[in-house]
Amino acid sequence: MPGLVSIYDLTRQDMEEIFEDTEKRLNAQPRKELSGKIVSLAFFEPSTRTYLSFETAAKKLGAEVIGFTGEEAISVAKGESLADTVRMLENYSDIIVMRHRFDGAAKFASRVTSKPVINAGDGKHEHPTQTLIDLFTVRRNFGFIDNLTFGLLGDLKYARVVNSLLRGLKAFRPKLAYLISPEPLAARREILEELNYPYREVREPHEVIGEVDVLYVTRIQKERFVDEQEYERVKESYKVDLKLVEQMKKDAIILHALPRVQEIDRRVDKDKRAKYFEQASYGVPIRMSVLVKYGVEKA
Amino acid sequence: MSSATLTVSKIRNGTVIDHIPAGRSLAVLKVLGITGYEGLRIAILMNVESKKLGRKDIVKIEDRVVDEREASVISLIAPEATINIVRDFNVVEKRNLRLPEIIKGLLKCPNPLCVTNNDPEALSEFVKVSEKPLRLRCVYCDTYLNEADVLRQVVGQ
Ligand SMILES: [Zn+2]
Repeated sequence: MPGLVSIYDLTRQDMEEIFEDTEKRLNAQPRKELSGKIVSLAFFEPSTRTYLSFETAAKKLGAEVIGFTGEEAISVAKGESLADTVRMLENYSDIIVMRHRFDGAAKFASRVTSKPVINAGDGKHEHPTQTLIDLFTVRRNFGFIDNLTFGLLGDLKYARVVNSLLRGLKAFRPKLAYLISPEPLAARREILEELNYPYREVREPHEVIGEVDVLYVTRIQKERFVDEQEYERVKESYKVDLKLVEQMKKDAIILHALPRVQEIDRRVDKDKRAKYFEQASYGVPIRMSVLVKYGVEKA
Repeated sequence: MSSATLTVSKIRNGTVIDHIPAGRSLAVLKVLGITGYEGLRIAILMNVESKKLGRKDIVKIEDRVVDEREASVISLIAPEATINIVRDFNVVEKRNLRLPEIIKGLLKCPNPLCVTNNDPEALSEFVKVSEKPLRLRCVYCDTYLNEADVLRQVVGQ
């Protein structure tokens, strides 16, 4: 069943419709658009933040929520194949939101069930609703997404939000994307080869920071490293501090999908260019819009 | 083939696999599970002249047919091969192999965290990105397989 498995499942027009719908939700009283519906939250890989965001979005729309995360997820998954768990959830619910540590798990689930699957993160692969939040924040701040220079900084290899963002930007016309990372954390070739807009890989943020309109910072995805030593070598290899932010354009913005570890100095939070808390506040309305899009049958 | 230097008699019944890239005939036999101890009469011609490929290999196997699944695996390592089915010394069927657009269940995704390596029902699936050089992409996790990976998997080299 079609759902939102990859950001590629959405055209530019789809995304713009979601953004306009989200815009309307920002100051409006929520309506019970999903009353009588049941939303499953199947978080095989625990994430309190994203779980709560989807749960709140579903409840504001009047849906019932069933689900599991953390320890519970481990017992649910024990001894049962993913396909069987998805079939069980299919019987109970109208829409399945899933997070899983395996790459491609959401796509696989979408092929097993006739209910729409929303990918809330599959391994190091994709996280499309985060990209909608990211791009919506850009649009709110600039009024548009085209012709901006993006700088993606940090763990570009294991961060699924990077894959989805780079792919999502294909629907727009970014001027340039700087991919700023230490060599071992460089973006995946498979993703770069698909891009239809100019990009440049750089190692040092200082070289290009003055040109960047949107600085997108990622956390090092410790849990995805296969090799502990590899992690040790890169774990503190970049940091956004006041010195770096000073070199940025006056109207640039800094985004981060949160949670952060130490890659953004807390003193940066007070800078007016720091928009990551604003970005986080769009999580619920964007996800409400997505749930309505996939949970309500079109007449 | 240069008949002046190599003569191999025709087979009565069986399969002739022609236009195999030079040096890959043993790999093709391996795909077919043929070790030589089955007692089948087999002729292998290696590095013979070919108009199409420059040099090529040919395999003739008596009393053995090649099924669809075997043909699709062979297409991964010999995408231009032709399979001729012979009955009573005549070619009764000629199949041109083509690398399928989608290859399901035959290859393993090199990403250990791909869902296809972690769920018994999640069958591997690759789409063809390019044929020359051979490049396949996992439809689940987007990891690439190149020609060397495919060859290693198919013949264990
Ligand atoms: Zn894969």
